[in-house]
Amino acid sequence: MTDSKYFTTTKKGEIFELKAELNSDKKEKKKEAVKKVIASMTVGKDVSALFPDVVNCMQTDNLELKKLVYLYLMNYAKSQPDMAIMAVNTFVKDCEDPNPLIRALAVRTMGCIRVDKITEYLCEPLRKCLKDEDPYVRKTAAVCVAKLHDINAQLVEDQGFLDTLKDLISDSNPMVVANAVAALSEISESHPSSNLLDLNPQSINKLLTALNECTEWGQIFILDCLANYMPKDDREAQSICERVTPRLSHANSAVVLSAVKVLMKFMEMLSKDLDYYGTLLKKLAPPLVTLLSAEPELQYVALRNINLIVQKRPEILKHEMKVFFVKYNDPIYVKLEKLDIMIRLASQANIAQVLAELKEYATEVDVDFVRKAVRAIGRCAIKVEQSAERCVSTLLDLIQTKVNYVVQEAIVVIKDIFRKYPNKYESVIATLCENLDSLDEPEARAAMIWIVGEYAERIDNADELLESFLEGFHDESTQVQLQLLTAIVKLFLKKPTETQELVQQVLSLATQDSDNPDLRDRGYIYWRLLSTDPVAAKEVVLAEKPLISEETDLIEPTLLDELICYIGTLASVYHKPPSAFVEGSRGVVHKSLPPRTGSSESAESPEAAPSAGQAAEQPAVIPAQGDLLGDLLNLDLGPPVSGPPLAASSVQMGAVDLLGGGLDSLMGDESEGLRSDVGGSPAMGGGGGFAAPGPAVPAGVGAPLGSGLGDLFDLTGGVGTLSGSYVAPKSVWLPAMKAKGLEISGTFSRQVGSISMDLVLTNKALQVMSDFAIQFNRNSFGLAPAAPLQVHAPLAPNQSVEISLPLNTVGSVMKMDPLNNLQVAVKNNIDVFYFSTLYPLHILFVEDGKMERQMFLATWKDIPNENEAQFQLKDCSLSADAVSSKLQGSNIFTIAKRNVEGQDMLYQSLKLTNGIWVLAELRIQPSNPTLTLSLKCRAPEVSQHVFQAYDTILKN
Amino acid sequence: MIHSLFLINCSGDIFLEKHWKSVVSQSVCDYFFEAQEKAIDVENVPPVISTPHHYLISIYRDKIFFVSVIQTEVPPLFVIEFLHRVADTFQDYFGECSETAIKDNVVIVYELLEEMLDNGFPLATESNILKELIKPPTILRSVVNSITGSSNVGDTLPTGQLSNIPWRRAGVKYTNNEAYFDVIEEIDAIIDKSGSTVFAEIQGVIDSCIKLSGMPDLSLSFMNPRLLDDVSFHPCIRFKRWESERVLSFIPPDGNFRLISYRVSSQNLVAIPVYVKHMISFKENSSSGRFDVTIGPKQNMGKTVEGVVMTVHMPKAVLNMNLTATQGSYTFDPVTKVLTWDVGKITPQKLPNLKGIVNLQSGAPKPEENPSLNIQFKIQQLAISGLKVNRLDMYGEKYKPFKGVKYITKAGKFQVITGREY
Repeated sequence: MTDSKYFTTTKKGEIFELKAELNSDKKEKKKEAVKKVIASMTVGKDVSALFPDVVNCMQTDNLELKKLVYLYLMNYAKSQPDMAIMAVNTFVKDCEDPNPLIRALAVRTMGCIRVDKITEYLCEPLRKCLKDEDPYVRKTAAVCVAKLHDINAQLVEDQGFLDTLKDLISDSNPMVVANAVAALSEISESHPSSNLLDLNPQSINKLLTALNECTEWGQIFILDCLANYMPKDDREAQSICERVTPRLSHANSAVVLSAVKVLMKFMEMLSKDLDYYGTLLKKLAPPLVTLLSAEPELQYVALRNINLIVQKRPEILKHEMKVFFVKYNDPIYVKLEKLDIMIRLASQANIAQVLAELKEYATEVDVDFVRKAVRAIGRCAIKVEQSAERCVSTLLDLIQTKVNYVVQEAIVVIKDIFRKYPNKYESVIATLCENLDSLDEPEARAAMIWIVGEYAERIDNADELLESFLEGFHDESTQVQLQLLTAIVKLFLKKPTETQELVQQVLSLATQDSDNPDLRDRGYIYWRLLSTDPVAAKEVVLAEKPLISEETDLIEPTLLDELICYIGTLASVYHKPPSAFVEGSRGVVHKSLPPRTGSSESAESPEAAPSAGQAAEQPAVIPAQGDLLGDLLNLDLGPPVSGPPLAASSVQMGAVDLLGGGLDSLMGDESEGLRSDVGGSPAMGGGGGFAAPGPAVPAGVGAPLGSGLGDLFDLTGGVGTLSGSYVAPKSVWLPAMKAKGLEISGTFSRQVGSISMDLVLTNKALQVMSDFAIQFNRNSFGLAPAAPLQVHAPLAPNQSVEISLPLNTVGSVMKMDPLNNLQVAVKNNIDVFYFSTLYPLHILFVEDGKMERQMFLATWKDIPNENEAQFQLKDCSLSADAVSSKLQGSNIFTIAKRNVEGQDMLYQSLKLTNGIWVLAELRIQPSNPTLTLSLKCRAPEVSQHVFQAYDTILKN
Repeated sequence: MIHSLFLINCSGDIFLEKHWKSVVSQSVCDYFFEAQEKAIDVENVPPVISTPHHYLISIYRDKIFFVSVIQTEVPPLFVIEFLHRVADTFQDYFGECSETAIKDNVVIVYELLEEMLDNGFPLATESNILKELIKPPTILRSVVNSITGSSNVGDTLPTGQLSNIPWRRAGVKYTNNEAYFDVIEEIDAIIDKSGSTVFAEIQGVIDSCIKLSGMPDLSLSFMNPRLLDDVSFHPCIRFKRWESERVLSFIPPDGNFRLISYRVSSQNLVAIPVYVKHMISFKENSSSGRFDVTIGPKQNMGKTVEGVVMTVHMPKAVLNMNLTATQGSYTFDPVTKVLTWDVGKITPQKLPNLKGIVNLQSGAPKPEENPSLNIQFKIQQLAISGLKVNRLDMYGEKYKPFKGVKYITKAGKFQVITGREY
């Protein structure tokens, strides 16, 4: 008599048969029929057609039958809302039943029926059940509030259920407390700011008492809730820690890990000299180790968390290296995590053991694991200097095994070892070279080529080796091609006599036969460097490289601190803050530097080469930066200058300098700006001159941002119209003596959402000037003339004309140094003149720069602290309101004002034309003319200029 | 919180689904299948998988994947612990946690799942509470039910549900009052080529079977409680008493449960009860090798080592093996390359030995890896850590219970590495 018989009827009339049985008079037959229905439901069969018949069975005194019908209802009510109403009466009646089990069951089931019409009827019974005399009913009702909130949040708030729920935190029964906490936590997750769980010492005390008495699951909820509390001083922190510590001995690993979270967090507040601090550290180790003897799935989660803990407080587990040794039957995901932690714990004291283990792992079967083990040996060498020699010899042993992927992986890490310890282990190069032919993976090939190029002077046949790679140049991946190009140029600079032919060959392959813009651009740079100034080329190409850091994959400290607060959660498994991946974490807008789109202008100079003509349509490919980072040669920032198009047509391959020269000399300092950008913004670099529509936009950012902006647009309708921001007086930009008699002075202004450049052209020469035209070089914010320069009549000697040139921000983007530098070319019938000027940043502040309060808070928190910059605004004795209105005129919006201990704090936001948000906190002390301005922005480089804008606006 | 649960068998059929909130389509499991395919080996499927809208947290037990779907930030350990608890409950109810057992009892399974979780929050997971709510199936009961028409669902509120001791129900009655404790220790060890211990620790548990009437209050004390410095307790144990007096004081759940689990890791406390002499070698340029392994007892305090089984994953190049065992029998599976030697009991007078020739694939290079030997064994009436129960006292009830303690030591992950020395 098993339930599998319910599955056996597969005849056509199954539903029909069931229907007949459900309507049978015999109780037993009815129950069997409902069981059959449930059985079909569990395997995903659609039995919704039986809805009315099943609901008819609901009114029964048989609890099992009732439960079964409820199970059915929960599943299908949503699809049959009208029918579901039929069940309401029974529910309401059951909520009054003398048996608490039935009362609880009714309220629980009702909450699971996600139909609006039913939830209306739920409110009254729920209110009663929340105050029921039986704690079992109360605890069930507490969860029901969370269910209802999920269906209709407004209803829950209107009915005051949240307050009742808060009261339940003080309930006498620990299980009720735990469920109330769980329900409130779930609700507050969808309302991050609602502060539902306002914790104070009294409520904490209640929670800690309930903690000892409630079920293991309740303990998890309470501990997670405790972790959000901020103790007022170290004594409170210590007393909470003391009461949480016993949880470390719980059999449930989730309880243990939640307790670890609370302790790790509150430990921050304890002084390290305290005896208790040491005791706590000691107490943390054993439970963490114990987690590793649990089921593999638990181990995995534990290991991901231990990885964080080890980075934050390495002292806890420093003596426990052995427990992280890999067992042969560990699942692969456990093995890989253990390996990671082994490296983190590796030190001089235990390195011998670790290396022996790693060497053994490198001979195992699983390829991924073996690769990681080999890589780990390299990381040991870099981390523990004393072991470097042993690591290198271990790696050489491994290379001798000739196992293909082991060899390749070893070569990749040896490259890093060379970088870390220059001029120490180069004796092994010969061995490496023997394995050249067996390398078939791009990363290993690239690493090997790098080694050959870097040490070309020590390898007799370096030219032959590189030449052999060159044969199949077009079949190589970009990574290898770039590396090969660089290596051959290095070789040429070291042994110029023998390799001239080789270098020419590679340069022509890279520039003429390749479709890849990065490769082409890098080729051109080398070509020009070599042909103009070989000495400079040597200095650039063979420059000393910065050392690589000790541990490359450490989590950055602010993120680590944040993740420590999330121990035990999904965030700790993914090593990302929850805002980065959890859906439904509303209010947190994760933003990054907006893509610099609109580089529609294509790079004329190289494209003029006929062979590469059609290549302009190719999408830009951005190479992986990792390996090349720090390599100065990574100058693939596009052609150096693709100046104003007015002269561009005359540019020819090989004679690039016609126009470049003029601007180049003007931009003496600009090449530095370029260089500092290397590696920093691949999107810009790779896209150099190509329409690369924002390859750097992280997927998923768009949506929340977009909707946020939508709101903002609504808000600002009235504000924008008034806006006319501060305009500086005109200054001379181009003196007459530098421009054959043309003097240009001007300023920038912003009015009603449009930017303009107000110019005065004065003719101080003796001849009439005409045919004016103006062009901007690419600049940081894509400023470009929106209309041609209109000078209606020829300009007679000693005559001036005032022109307002409208600007837009859809031009090409290139980061300038300083950021607000603008290079302008003006042409007239006499000549072309160049000048550069700095524009005040506030012309870029847009009218819809007012951020919503919520978003402001979330964004402020979200931007890491190192992005914060603080400035002093001296000699400004305005009141807070005056400051506020003055700034508003220039589109700096005050979002909130607070008075803290006599000082006024203004919270402000502004947005730049390219979508960068800048958040500000301005502190105004009454009798002090110096204001303190703190700026937070995802692109911290703008802060300085925003500060200047503040300064200018407030002082004028 | 936990949104849905899918049970999937090894051939990839979803044979049960349960939703605690709205219904999530089965298609979400496609992401799981994808991961499963990538992992090749069933054990290697990652436990946490992210999909565009959900997270899948899974465990693999008894050839079944328990895949749970979650949508918000939930502690993964909480989910994994819960899933294991579900599997434990099935085991407890049906005697085994298998696809057949679950399909045979699908309605009970459904009722259990509904009782264990409410809106994703665990509701009742203690087995004794569940058993009061939903009676486990027995042949006798289904016969009785079908005659009397009564049901297997309890209609009163379980008594333990809300008391401060949720793990025990009131009104327990036995004619024979008994309390049994099994001290079970497993040795995890890695022994290197030269026979020295690389790593060794003992994972111990005390499993109890308590059948006592009423509300007994027990105290269990040890001869050497200092051994226990890393312990996990059943919630019934009063932690304060342990901290101050090193006595386990508790009101026990009814029936079988795990009282504590502990770990002994300081090397000098972990005695290794067996030693292995081995000689495994492959000749260069020849398609054969030699294999010679002897197992002998070490410090075992006069107790017999029994149930000895050795398994070895031989290198891929091994074609077959011609061995002679002085004791027990051996098998070699040429497909999986696993050698199993069932030794049985070790008698110190005549040590068991397995020796002979290994045949390699002709032309294959000499295998690089040296196989490790995995040893299983059992020693009755001995806790290898030396842990000893001193006495058990009962308060709160008047009758005299029958008490018993059993010790057993087993090999856990016990492996001898033949390839390297430390």
